[in-house]
Amino acid sequence: METMQQLLGPAWMPTWIVIKIVVIVLPLLIAVAYLTYAERKIIGWMQVRMGPNRVGFFGYRLWGLGQPIADAVKLMTKEIMLPTGANKTLFLTAPVLAIAPAMAAWAVVPFNDRMVLANVDASLLYIMAITSMGVYGVVVAGWASNSKYALLGALRSAAQIVSYEIAMGFALVGVLMSAQSLNLVEIVQHQAGGFWQWYWLPLFPLFIVYLIAGVAETNRAPFDVAEGESEIVAGFHVDYSGMAFAVFFLAEYANMILVAALVAIMFLGGWLSPLPFLPDSMVWLFAKMSFVLFCFLWFRATFPRYRYDQIMRLGWKVFIPVTLVWILVVGAFMQTPLGYLFH
Amino acid sequence: MDFASLVFYFFAAILLLSALRVVTAKNPVHAALALVLAFFTAAGIWLLLEAEFLAITLVLVYVGAVMVLFIFVVMMLDINIEEMRKGFWDYLPIAALVAGLMAVEMVVVLGGDRFGLTAPAPLPADFSNTKQLGLLLYTDYVYAFELAAVILLVAIVAAIALTLRRRPNRKIIDVGWQVRQTHEGRIRMVNLKPQKPEAKPVEDDE
Repeated sequence: METMQQLLGPAWMPTWIVIKIVVIVLPLLIAVAYLTYAERKIIGWMQVRMGPNRVGFFGYRLWGLGQPIADAVKLMTKEIMLPTGANKTLFLTAPVLAIAPAMAAWAVVPFNDRMVLANVDASLLYIMAITSMGVYGVVVAGWASNSKYALLGALRSAAQIVSYEIAMGFALVGVLMSAQSLNLVEIVQHQAGGFWQWYWLPLFPLFIVYLIAGVAETNRAPFDVAEGESEIVAGFHVDYSGMAFAVFFLAEYANMILVAALVAIMFLGGWLSPLPFLPDSMVWLFAKMSFVLFCFLWFRATFPRYRYDQIMRLGWKVFIPVTLVWILVVGAFMQTPLGYLFH
Repeated sequence: MDFASLVFYFFAAILLLSALRVVTAKNPVHAALALVLAFFTAAGIWLLLEAEFLAITLVLVYVGAVMVLFIFVVMMLDINIEEMRKGFWDYLPIAALVAGLMAVEMVVVLGGDRFGLTAPAPLPADFSNTKQLGLLLYTDYVYAFELAAVILLVAIVAAIALTLRRRPNRKIIDVGWQVRQTHEGRIRMVNLKPQKPEAKPVEDDE
């Protein structure tokens, strides 16, 4: 590394940052590909089916592990169709608007005490701001497609995401009150000392609200009214094909992994080990993320789709009051000697 | 030119162009999206000025919430552009007045040195903008802050009260009532004996 530093001189710093970005984004994309495989396999097992089991490598089937690669190749070689009367620029910008926030948010996600691309002071705020921009991809796609199904999907999605963002933000207010910091690294360090010290226990209502609002924010079942196959075909991306569709797909799964990482960091102790005598490591973070992602897939296999008015009721009349009450409880306890319970 | 000023000019150029598009775009959705871009680049410039809390809040509140609802409404409108162009000359004097006032304000801020304003000294790297802002808002300016919050609350209540219409025969759903329903209110179990129609006497026709 030292020789590289001398060789590149002032260009070393940007190069090093680009290397770090690639080290984060490349595994993320591979994880997205294999999350789709995991989804099909797990839901298959839950429904007593096999799931994909044919495509493998070098003539071996390998439980269908080649399926995501085959899907990617198929999507890349398909034609991108432009609907009649569609707004061409916005139609092609929309997938980029969808995936850019899903990738940009990873800049501040810490993997352990030192491994974080940008350890900024207000990283929690940054995450909230960047993830709130994901809705533009959906809205612009719906409008630019010049199709009523797409527009309906976009409208549903915009209303849903704006509603659940409020509950999500309030849940995070509880976390930052407990941790007394907006920095994700410090939030994790505040949860040290075994799994009973992680914030899922003192902030249990907020943990549940954040988890469910996370499912709603990523437009996953049972909150997938933006896609709603049975009512509006595929919602906002009904007119997209080929790679443009694949980018929306990538964005949805990258957002799922991001929400899983945030739940793990803010409520499940991040890279901290569940028992104090075990060493802390990144492996714990990935294990917790995998658990949350498994729950996402489990929800999809279990629950029927919510009706639109029920989604709005849950967001506005249940989640927001619950988070407000629990923030009051945390704030009141912090003024008493029992404040250590919410540290 | 150092890197910071390069970034500044880059952002400033995008900001000006997108602000221009807001007023020149014929399609209202394009205008709204250009406004989103303007907000986002303005946040970038604020980050350069080390006002990270304001910058992130600008993105969170304006880009993430206000403009989404704005586009939500604009997407559904069927706007006749010719109709909108008609009032151009009528509104021009007021618009010119507002623009002139804004220009004067900009001159006062940018030419602050002439009027005795001094730029703040640069702050150390570990200075937390967010913490400082929170301390100020909840100590020195707590009454003004709370007052603003109450006014906003009143505005929300007023907006809802103005648009709330009590119609008869609303299709409202009472979730508690729905959950309390059991099969007893819905199904009536009847013990019915199987009934056969009386068999017709067989007619012999030969």
